[in-house]
Amino acid sequence: MGLDYDHQQVDFIIAAQQNRPGALLPILHDIQDAFGYIPPDSVAQIASALNLSRAEVHGVITFYHHFRTTPPARHTIQICCAEACQSMGAERLVEHAEKKLAGRKQGDCELQPVYCLGLCAISPAVMIGEELHARVTPEKFDALLKNLGNKP
Amino acid sequence: MSIKIFVPRDSAALALGADAVAQAILAEAERRKLDITLVRNGSRGMLWLEPLVEVQTEKGRIAYGPVSPDHVTALFDANFHQGGKHTLGLGLTEQLAYLKKQERLTFARVGITDPLSLDDYAAHEGFRGLRKALTMQAAAIVQQVTDSGLRGRGGAAFPAGIKWKTVLHTPATQKYIVCNADEGDSGTFSDRMLMEGDPFVLIEGMTIAALAVGATQGYIYVRSEYPHAISMLNEAIAAARLASYLGPDILNSGKRFELEVRRAAGSYVCGEETAMLESLEGKRGIVRAKPPLPAIAGLFGKPTVINNVISLASVPIIMARGADFYKNYGVGRSHGTLPFQLAGNIKQGGLIEKAFGVTLRELMYDFGGGTATGRPIKAVQVGGPLGAYLPESQWDTPLDYEAYTALWAVLGHGGIVVHDDSADLAKLARYAMKFCAIESCGKCTPCRIGATRGVEVMDKIIANQDRPAQVELLRDLCDTMLNGSMCAMGGMTPYPVLSALNHFPQDFGIKESGRVRKDPATGGQHA
Repeated sequence: MGLDYDHQQVDFIIAAQQNRPGALLPILHDIQDAFGYIPPDSVAQIASALNLSRAEVHGVITFYHHFRTTPPARHTIQICCAEACQSMGAERLVEHAEKKLAGRKQGDCELQPVYCLGLCAISPAVMIGEELHARVTPEKFDALLKNLGNKP
Repeated sequence: MSIKIFVPRDSAALALGADAVAQAILAEAERRKLDITLVRNGSRGMLWLEPLVEVQTEKGRIAYGPVSPDHVTALFDANFHQGGKHTLGLGLTEQLAYLKKQERLTFARVGITDPLSLDDYAAHEGFRGLRKALTMQAAAIVQQVTDSGLRGRGGAAFPAGIKWKTVLHTPATQKYIVCNADEGDSGTFSDRMLMEGDPFVLIEGMTIAALAVGATQGYIYVRSEYPHAISMLNEAIAAARLASYLGPDILNSGKRFELEVRRAAGSYVCGEETAMLESLEGKRGIVRAKPPLPAIAGLFGKPTVINNVISLASVPIIMARGADFYKNYGVGRSHGTLPFQLAGNIKQGGLIEKAFGVTLRELMYDFGGGTATGRPIKAVQVGGPLGAYLPESQWDTPLDYEAYTALWAVLGHGGIVVHDDSADLAKLARYAMKFCAIESCGKCTPCRIGATRGVEVMDKIIANQDRPAQVELLRDLCDTMLNGSMCAMGGMTPYPVLSALNHFPQDFGIKESGRVRKDPATGGQHA
């Protein structure tokens, strides 16, 4: 879940990074780590600190799949959809996950495709938050989902 | 004496529950009042056996796997901590055929040492290459790397020494070493395993590169999908700096080199070197036109060595043991070893470092043991999502850069993804186009628009709408992408598409691959 935009905190993050060469990506990462997303209100602030246009900052945020401008769900579930995982049934797993998650309340889980987690010899691979899981069958997926229910 | 037990902290082991196993071992040892030292090593690369627990005995390290927390009590009951017999016991790790048949040069320490112990690293030949390089002239280091025959392991296979020489001889106030660790290809994980299992070898390799070309700043550009590799590298860099292997005065030589990890942000095309430079500069990852070469005007416009993780991590052993030692491995113009990654639908997947010249059949059957599903292998994609699909008739060709070029295929970064006979190659060809459409940086038209049109054409072929004409159109489109794209993203997407079409026409609903042409790219060679 994302936190609300906090002008002062964004200022701190920018100040800590802005003298590094090529500071924009490190700043965006730190903001997303802190808030869970890049609050749209921070764009003007970043642009002015780095002497960039807002369009340039917006362009960078939207270019990279990793950055998001809306608060994330409580749990982000990424299923690898690349070739190695496809060869072990990732497509079926995605279908299964979509069905399973349809019943959960909004804002609880967000399903995202990801293209390779580097676990290609033990496919299909799933990342929940920063936690990795390999050889995920639909049954194992259900068990992981059940576990999520117990976590804050 | 304390008993040494190894439980890997490699991502693959973690994804199969290694942390829980480590905790269970610690708890059980405490309950039994046993004095143990738990080492979190890298992975040995036998990934179907993870979590692979090892115990140090007088005879050597004994392996048990795959271990789950439920096994731990029984393992202690069986005295596994003294090498006792248990159904999960695999014997001496070094004697396991999968490892014994390999030639581990770059991965010599991975899985053996504690990745964050400088003492362990130094005790296993670590920093020997760097110490040697510190006694040499820059040009002599470059010469040694050139003589070793080392070529870029990221996929392009460009001779590393030649690139370094260009940077060395380009005068500038600032030069950079950039390590491309944006390992986005499906089926590849050697960079990840190395960064997590032996980060110091990458640091050493980059430092040697810096001495060779006169660079003082380095960056490692790591994909955001690899959080464990990132934290491992950061810890290793801090430790190396504290011990003066990095920093303002490397081992009292007066030479300076600083190193920083930069986190990528989920863009595949940023694995292309110029897009990566743009990203490092804080911009969108848009491919640059070449020339100028990055070796002349690279990061922030300065001369820059850009090499893949495995290329740079191979440098220390080349410096320590000499150019000939490395060059004598391999075949033809493919010198040294390549850490192959056996992935996808395979029974015994993992990392296999072998000299060039081994065949796919040996890797998939002798090492891999066939498919995980037990069905026949149908197609193998070598070299990532931009690599060709190979049918059985090509599995005996030696894995060597030139031999693969002759097949109109690529070795790339050494990733091998196996598909069984349930795979639909038309669907995989469609996926290749879709992936290109998702990941294209948008700079050039053949890639940006071609990939989207490619998905549409594939949809029509799959839906059997005017197939012969659509296949013709697909070839025409691939021709444009191959010859008109600015980088490998659009320029190589036709490899999986056309190889699928040429070798598996039945999956596209056509009898044969169509016209015979001289140009292999359009089907002639294999029609």
